[in-house]
Amino acid sequence: MIPKRDKQSVGQRLLAAFRDAGGVEVAPDLLLPAESLLDLYGEDIRARAYVTADPIRGEMMLRPDFTVPVVQAHMQNGAEPARYCYLGEVFRKQDMGDTHPENPRDNEYLQAGFELFSRDPDADAELFALFHDLLAPLNLRAEIGDMGLLLDAVAALPLPDARRDALMHHIWRPGRFRRLLARFGQPTTPRDFPESDAPWAGLRSEDEMIRRIARLNADAAVAPLAPIWSERLDRLFALQAPADQVTPLLRDLAQDMPAIAPAVDRIAARLQAIADRGIDLSAITFDASHGRTTLEYYDGFTFSFAADRAGWPDVASGGRYDALTRVLGKGREIPAVGGIIRPGLVAELEGAA
Amino acid sequence: MIRLGVPSKGRLMEQTFDWFADRGVTLSRSGSDREYAGRVEGAEGVSLVLLSAGEIPRELAAGRIELGVTGTDLVREKLAGWRDLVSEVAPMGFGHADLIIAVPDCWRDCRDLDDFAAIARDFRAQHGFRLRIATKYHRLVRAWLAEHEVADYQLVDSQGATEGTVANQTAEAIADITSSGATLRANNLRILDEEPVLRSQATLFAARTAMGSELDGFLRLLKITG
Repeated sequence: MIPKRDKQSVGQRLLAAFRDAGGVEVAPDLLLPAESLLDLYGEDIRARAYVTADPIRGEMMLRPDFTVPVVQAHMQNGAEPARYCYLGEVFRKQDMGDTHPENPRDNEYLQAGFELFSRDPDADAELFALFHDLLAPLNLRAEIGDMGLLLDAVAALPLPDARRDALMHHIWRPGRFRRLLARFGQPTTPRDFPESDAPWAGLRSEDEMIRRIARLNADAAVAPLAPIWSERLDRLFALQAPADQVTPLLRDLAQDMPAIAPAVDRIAARLQAIADRGIDLSAITFDASHGRTTLEYYDGFTFSFAADRAGWPDVASGGRYDALTRVLGKGREIPAVGGIIRPGLVAELEGAA
Repeated sequence: MIRLGVPSKGRLMEQTFDWFADRGVTLSRSGSDREYAGRVEGAEGVSLVLLSAGEIPRELAAGRIELGVTGTDLVREKLAGWRDLVSEVAPMGFGHADLIIAVPDCWRDCRDLDDFAAIARDFRAQHGFRLRIATKYHRLVRAWLAEHEVADYQLVDSQGATEGTVANQTAEAIADITSSGATLRANNLRILDEEPVLRSQATLFAARTAMGSELDGFLRLLKITG
């Protein structure tokens, strides 16, 4: 067991490095209003975050992550470009269902993080290089991806809007996405909507139902998606390669899917910018589906650093979340990218070395 | 001493008494109907503790009773990691109920969970908040919906009269225990065309910490073999 004090001092060391990289230190509250977190993450966060009640402020959560409060603070009164850093505890419940976890994780642990709000296209490389250099002595497995690539590929499928919107929405839920895609590849049989003599009840209006039925009826006339498209999508989603070899593979896919060409150019430029900072791309894995299992708010570049320890979460992770600033910015938006390191895990790895 | 926790009232208590009587052990309430103390005849070293069915999972987990009769739904909802805390000794064949999700019967476009997921997405876009499911089975429902990748919903707590929440517009759908479905139909609700979230029945549970020869002896007397 590494004493908490040692984890704290690793955290301080990381925070100092983040400050040296231009980060302004911020200290968000420990108690956050539950509403915006719930709206963003959905019920899953209630299973993972500690929820408590305040007689005046209502339902509150013990800080489950830093990104949301940092973005909220920036959107309210930040000037750009802005670089923020922080160090503090986050709180996560572990509810594994039928059995207790074999190696229970800490329910409160430190996160040291850096968030970069900037319109500079070089921001992804700047952030990744910062994390990469800090973690280099630990020999972690680095993986990167790009959700924008997948979103562009799905957006360009020759599908009616309703089908495309459904696929885009479920891109973070692989099972539902796969089933939808399979269904769109089959001829649709018109559905029967049996009459009901039940009186109308509830907040969902009859109009909403009628609109959905009309949409489903229109959908029944849509021709199946040609198999070639789901094959192309499968090939893209399955793409995994060392980052120094991935650009030609992506360009190859872009031959068949011209819509991803701009995203491929962005990725190629980002990889070049990372290499220009002296980082060996051959040691980094590009996994096209990397972002699909991370937080739903990442919509561009994603990265993670993992240790070779069974049952461990990532030692560090992050990504681009432009859409989140739009959701929390109430009309304003700004490109943003950020990430966190878990000082506790770094301390354990250093202790074992 | 083996402390046996049994629901303190109603059909569940009577059926539990019958189940033990069929196995040669007579359980009874001592004194008046208002007194929550009990007697055990036909077995040595066993005492009867009458409790609310909802408290039995917690008492088992805390080691304050060694055996307890309650529904599988309550154990799984109330005890995180229940398999590590209690063991299912015998399903008892009564108290059958399914934990289901039900929607307003007037939703003609909602047959199964895929419809439900699509409606939840539309609802969120239309109303600016997530579709509400009223339930008291938060953990079970959340885990099941997560497993089925349904995202655009929220749970609202309802500890009673859950079927009324839709008409009162405090929820759009409910997740609750039902045996015959009569209350649902009376409230114009319809069960989603899916396997239930959980099939529950009254079950004899043993606390993991109580496993041993004394308990084995009692279970042999009841003709339950592990």
